[in-house]
Amino acid sequence: MFDIVGKRFWFFLISGAVILIGIISLAVFGLKTGIEFSSGSLMTVSFEQEVSQDELRQELASLGYTNVIIQRTGQGDFFVRTQELSPEDKTELETALAARFGTLEEREFNSVSPMIATETANNAAIAVAVAAIGILLYITWAFRRMPRPFHYGACAIIALIHDALIALGVFAILGAVFGWEINLMFITGILAVIGYSVNNTVVVFDRIRENLARGVSSNFEVVVNNSLVGTLGRSLNTSLTTLFVVVALLLFVGMTIQNFAVVLLVGIVAGTFSSLCIAPTLLVVWEKREWGRFIQWLPLSALKTRGE
Amino acid sequence: MPRRNTLVFILILIIFALAVSVVLPIDEGILGEKGMRMGLDLQGGIHMVYQADLSRIEPGEEASVIEGVMLVISNRINPLGVTEPVIQKQGQDRILVELPGIDITDKEKERLSRVAILEFGELAADEEEAKWENELGRWKPAMAVVDGREKELTSAYFKENTYVSQDNLGRIILAFEWDEEGSRLSEAITGRLINQPLGIFEGDAPLLGDDDLPIAPIIRSVITDRGQIEGLSYDEASSLSKQLNAGRLPVSLEIIYDQTVSPLLGTDFIEMSVKAGLIGIILVMLFMVIYYRLSGVLACLALIFYGSLVLAIFKLVPVTLTLAGLGGFVLSIGMAVDANVLIFERMKEELRTGRTLGAAIEAGFNRAWTAIRDSNVTTFIVCGILYWLGSSIVASAPVMGFALTLFIGVAVSMFTAIVVTRTFLRLFVGSRLARKTSLFSVYSGGK
Repeated sequence: MFDIVGKRFWFFLISGAVILIGIISLAVFGLKTGIEFSSGSLMTVSFEQEVSQDELRQELASLGYTNVIIQRTGQGDFFVRTQELSPEDKTELETALAARFGTLEEREFNSVSPMIATETANNAAIAVAVAAIGILLYITWAFRRMPRPFHYGACAIIALIHDALIALGVFAILGAVFGWEINLMFITGILAVIGYSVNNTVVVFDRIRENLARGVSSNFEVVVNNSLVGTLGRSLNTSLTTLFVVVALLLFVGMTIQNFAVVLLVGIVAGTFSSLCIAPTLLVVWEKREWGRFIQWLPLSALKTRGE
Repeated sequence: MPRRNTLVFILILIIFALAVSVVLPIDEGILGEKGMRMGLDLQGGIHMVYQADLSRIEPGEEASVIEGVMLVISNRINPLGVTEPVIQKQGQDRILVELPGIDITDKEKERLSRVAILEFGELAADEEEAKWENELGRWKPAMAVVDGREKELTSAYFKENTYVSQDNLGRIILAFEWDEEGSRLSEAITGRLINQPLGIFEGDAPLLGDDDLPIAPIIRSVITDRGQIEGLSYDEASSLSKQLNAGRLPVSLEIIYDQTVSPLLGTDFIEMSVKAGLIGIILVMLFMVIYYRLSGVLACLALIFYGSLVLAIFKLVPVTLTLAGLGGFVLSIGMAVDANVLIFERMKEELRTGRTLGAAIEAGFNRAWTAIRDSNVTTFIVCGILYWLGSSIVASAPVMGFALTLFIGVAVSMFTAIVVTRTFLRLFVGSRLARKTSLFSVYSGGK
């Protein structure tokens, strides 16, 4: 039988390193927010004739739009993000672009005022916070017959924060490299990941509950490991089937829900890892109160790897 | 037990037949209803939120003012030919306007929310500030003092009976009448501006004639009660006339949210999501059959049942499908097999301990149930919160659509796994196939 729990410090080390990279990226690059959260206008246009991104940028700059973000889609459309445009500004801009580049088709236009943006950002933050608290309370309740039910809730929440941090870190990097933005679909994706990741965690916890009741072993570490191995097949298979559909979404639906699909992709991978390797092992660490041992182990492991 | 199971099996077949008959054809509904309801991002259209400036309205009057605004907007929308416009009050001072499936010009969009559609201007002196500038000169609003207050001349003073006609030379004219206050204003202004041009403007731009030149007639005589605008194309004149007759807004409106999607873009999205959904389903089915063999085949049948039932519910509720909603549906396909996977894994464990198929099925379902229940509750919590988030913000459609489709998807998947898959599996109990446990994916050389 695999010993998963026994490698717990390694898992913490891997997750810690990934999260650290994520946090550093967040601190260095920050997150780029979409118009839903920071207001502005986003226009999707396509031109009949060939127009390069640089030409478009120069033309926009000459019209006084210096602070624009331009992205080209696979189909040759352009996303043009500007400050909030009034209908008059927009007509003027489109007329000028048509005069320079010939006929253009406006495929999509989205404009958000600062007031709406603030509301949306606040409510999205509230939603994420309420989701975390709701899940903590629910799991504590669902495992109320166990000794220390709060530990289960707390470990599930730590796993969930772990997944969210990794997704944020990945988006900080994607933002810096490709100019990807955090938008409402991103938040929707994060919440879906939270639900998904906790779903996995609960399946493992459920097995721990059952195995404890059956008295599989008096050693909590063995019980947790048995439960993990018992649910391993299910966890991996469910993750795989979900990944199949997410990849299909990503490949065939493209730009518009790209953010959403990528958050799901990252979240499912991180969520599978955390629900198998972080949440249950944290439970063991907490039960055995071996936080100190982990700290002592860290420099040792560095020495060991160097020695090998 | 077997007889009861056969009954449930027949019931499942009936539900499946009903679901399919509801779903097909996709673009038509049952009992004369419309087909699958598509959101703005899939069928194109406009979603706008206006904020009304109520600062000058007497306290207590706000609600009736907003109602008046909504009526005018609705009158202005009618001539555009939208089949199902939505005009809703949001909060105290906001109005949501949804115009599905149409593509209107920016000019038409602007006209919906303009207080007075046309404004009149006179040439500004060199040192004066100009509001408009064009090839004919620099213009300022034409103003006069009426009832002791200086007022601008606009189409707000038109009676709501403008019409399009032809003069005896065959030119198109847009005829209008001033109301009582308007005629006094017009009398004062045109009296002062004899032999000078009167500019006509719409927003920041001059009103353009058939020849693309600004319309600015020279005033020959004092105009009191009625007048006409010449030089417009017929289409322009008749559209303008309809908008003018829709009435004026009592307060000014600001667009605080605008989402406009070309209907052409939407059809692409539907095609792409259907493709993604199909490929996703095929991959999931292949995986299930390869890994779980006969159980996997049953899970695939359950998945087909699942898909039809979910789509039928979407149509019956009805759920407005958005791109995000379709994403939620596609995602739920991946998650729908989760309950099956949980049960099959449990069954495999039970079979390994040497139980018969019948006993393994029952034990597998019973043991997996708490995990299925508790783990899906967390998804339901998240769906509830997403639904709240969606209802609390302006850009609501994607978030709410996703929450709703995911919720329906997960709920139906619990039902299909527990009822449908179990019934299918029980059909095999006692049959010859049941003895070949390899069909249920137990490796003989297993751990």
